[in-house]
Amino acid sequence: MDNLNTYLFIAAILFSLGMFGVITRRNAIAVLMGIELILNSANLNFLAFAKFGGMNMSGHIFALFVIIMAAAEAAVALAIIINIYNNFKSINVDEVRELRQ
Amino acid sequence: MADLAFWMIVLLTIGGAAVVVLNKNLVYSAIALLFTFFGMAGLYVFLWADFLAGVQVMIYVGGILVLIIFGVMLTNRITSVNISHSSVQRGIGAVVVLGILSILVIMIYNTPWLQVEAVEPVQTVGKIGYLLMMDYLLPFEVASLLLLAALMGAAMLSRKSN
Repeated sequence: MDNLNTYLFIAAILFSLGMFGVITRRNAIAVLMGIELILNSANLNFLAFAKFGGMNMSGHIFALFVIIMAAAEAAVALAIIINIYNNFKSINVDEVRELRQ
Repeated sequence: MADLAFWMIVLLTIGGAAVVVLNKNLVYSAIALLFTFFGMAGLYVFLWADFLAGVQVMIYVGGILVLIIFGVMLTNRITSVNISHSSVQRGIGAVVVLGILSILVIMIYNTPWLQVEAVEPVQTVGKIGYLLMMDYLLPFEVASLLLLAALMGAAMLSRKSN
């Protein structure tokens, strides 16, 4: 269990699932959940390389910045999604295709 | 025992992620995301990242997930009982994603990763704080500006237009 490849495989599976969510979901919030999964898998990779690369703490700092960015991104994305909902009464990403109302 | 706990956490993480992307009900997806985030925090503990496990629980579970559930609530009429959402192009999406996954797995398996043995640190908070104030001071300050900009932008965007 405790080797680098296990963690990399878990991160690869999580990345693939997140990618699947991003490209198949119609609801914009579900797409956002897929993006969060992808960011989490990137974090797992950073921390795995940090541990098996001699406990270099720079990986932890990078993971921390990814978490900060994810928080900012989620807030702005949800604000945009709520605006889209107010304008179109729908947040399905394949129906929202007009630039004007 | 640690092995069993590890594989349980892996199962929780990946199963939760699978439910997030495959379930039809948006609220179920959000709740499954909760399990995935907790599983990730458990994996961080196995990776000797105690501080980041705490941060993961606080920010992802306490912040982002609540925000997402708020988004679900605000973008669906509360009277509609069935908050469902569908998927499109599942077949071709699965083909593409399985292709990406197989490429990643082959790459991970064939690369001779450079590995260095390390001893388990007592705690990581001190080192993280030291690095944030010494080597990564500029990114740290830029991150605070980013958060401020995101805060103002989100408040500005989600406000009712006058």
